Amino acid sequence: MLFTQNKPTEEVLESLGDEKNIFLLACNGCAEVCETGGEKALSAIKTELEKAGKNAASTVLVDFLCNKVLVATRLAREMDKIRQADSILVLSCGVGVQAVSKVVNKVVHPAANTVSLGGLQGLWPSDERCQACGDCALDYTGGICPITFCAKSLLNGPCGGAQDGKCEVDPEKDCGWQLIYERLQKVGRLENFKKIRTPRDHSKMLPSSELRKTALYDIEL
Amino acid sequence: MKLIERFKQGKFVITCELGPPKGIEIEKLIDELEPLRDKVDAFNVTDLQSSVMRVGSLAACRLLKDKDLEPIMQLTCRDRNRLGLQSDVLSAAVLGIENLLCLTGDHPTLGDHPEAMPVFDLDSVQLLSAVKGLMGGKDMAGNDLEGRPPEFCLGAVVNPGADPLEPQIMKMEKKVQAGAEFFQTQAVYEVDKFALFMEKVTPVLSYESKNGAKVPVMAGIVFLKSPAMAKFMNANVAGIHVPEEIINELAGAGKEKRVEKSLEISARLIRELKDLCQGVHIMSLGWERHIPTVLEMV
Repeated sequence: MLFTQNKPTEEVLESLGDEKNIFLLACNGCAEVCETGGEKALSAIKTELEKAGKNAASTVLVDFLCNKVLVATRLAREMDKIRQADSILVLSCGVGVQAVSKVVNKVVHPAANTVSLGGLQGLWPSDERCQACGDCALDYTGGICPITFCAKSLLNGPCGGAQDGKCEVDPEKDCGWQLIYERLQKVGRLENFKKIRTPRDHSKMLPSSELRKTALYDIEL
Repeated sequence: MKLIERFKQGKFVITCELGPPKGIEIEKLIDELEPLRDKVDAFNVTDLQSSVMRVGSLAACRLLKDKDLEPIMQLTCRDRNRLGLQSDVLSAAVLGIENLLCLTGDHPTLGDHPEAMPVFDLDSVQLLSAVKGLMGGKDMAGNDLEGRPPEFCLGAVVNPGADPLEPQIMKMEKKVQAGAEFFQTQAVYEVDKFALFMEKVTPVLSYESKNGAKVPVMAGIVFLKSPAMAKFMNANVAGIHVPEEIINELAGAGKEKRVEKSLEISARLIRELKDLCQGVHIMSLGWERHIPTVLEMV
């Protein structure tokens, strides 16, 4: 079980920028429980987007967005609609967003932040990992997480240590920032790279006292 | 003196490096720098270079200052969070250090304490912004500093041999935006490639600069002690490529003439780089005594 919280609507709208046609994709697993995914969140964000003058006609609900195979199979039926959309807004944890960006060649935006809940991961991630940093940056990095893919969790680009696209820590591991660079190039968003990302707020990783009082948190103990 | 003043004087700036010892006997290392006094503009003092535990940069910088040698304090993001980094920056100002070189730092797994926790609370771009903020009288949390703010000349690094190069240049641009006033590069052995790099970064370095001034770049020079060292670097050091001709040239000189040949190669590189950039940063790796010879040859 992964705990997620909705990003403020303004933040979501800011990240969508000028994009008009948004494909909405929601997770019906943990995110449904946290009300960041599922039918309810899907229709809420749809209303918000339409209020902001966007077209959010296509919506799809998948049981577990962290399951890449499930996502790929389900989205195969929607390819025409996805092609027509400017981007996909993903209502799930960080693992779900990464899984979607792996299977679809399209810009993805996270609608939620994943908050630490004992470090549990999505149910079926392969190399998609989420550290539940509480301030999802997948938007700017083409759906590849700089915190988990970069050995130093750098937010503003690669260090000088990568060689032949491999990390200085492990020559068998890809340099996360090289992957991010290639991905941003592929989806035409290299300008994201140029934005200076401010330092992380590590306090966002701590579950809030309200959260600790809920059954969602308690159930883990 | 702030290093930027040297560039403003139109000087081809030369810096070299002091790696503090693993142990407390530092006097000898500092004495070895004496012959370089009027030949070198400033001395980088490394911050636990290669993630190996040793004397810190701040203390060694102050010792250089006491000898009237100009230090550049290297500051990495590997070992301290933003509290520690900002505090050390203030401490540096208190101790009279005027030049800071902000870098990410090697990962701890590459050093002699691989089990250490990697910090990287900030990255190099964010560190530059944080220091710039302190120079404006505010800490990262937005709190006011008491009294006059610290003043520094801020440097940063870039790897011109990285492949692909584009992400390095994009990050370099962010460093300029964040406050970098000069750059030092990874070791350069291919002058043609470096010329292409300089061409590519020209627009980046002119970014919003005052009076049309450019951010100066100092090419890295690492003395090649042996053909084996060159081959090792080619295989293991990111972004360094020593061409086959140079390795053969060094190997061909034979053991007795090797040092001489090595210095000749470095002097030739500096000569060729002189028209392309604004200075060189010499990483002599224990061959400090040979630096004056090389500079004379140039």
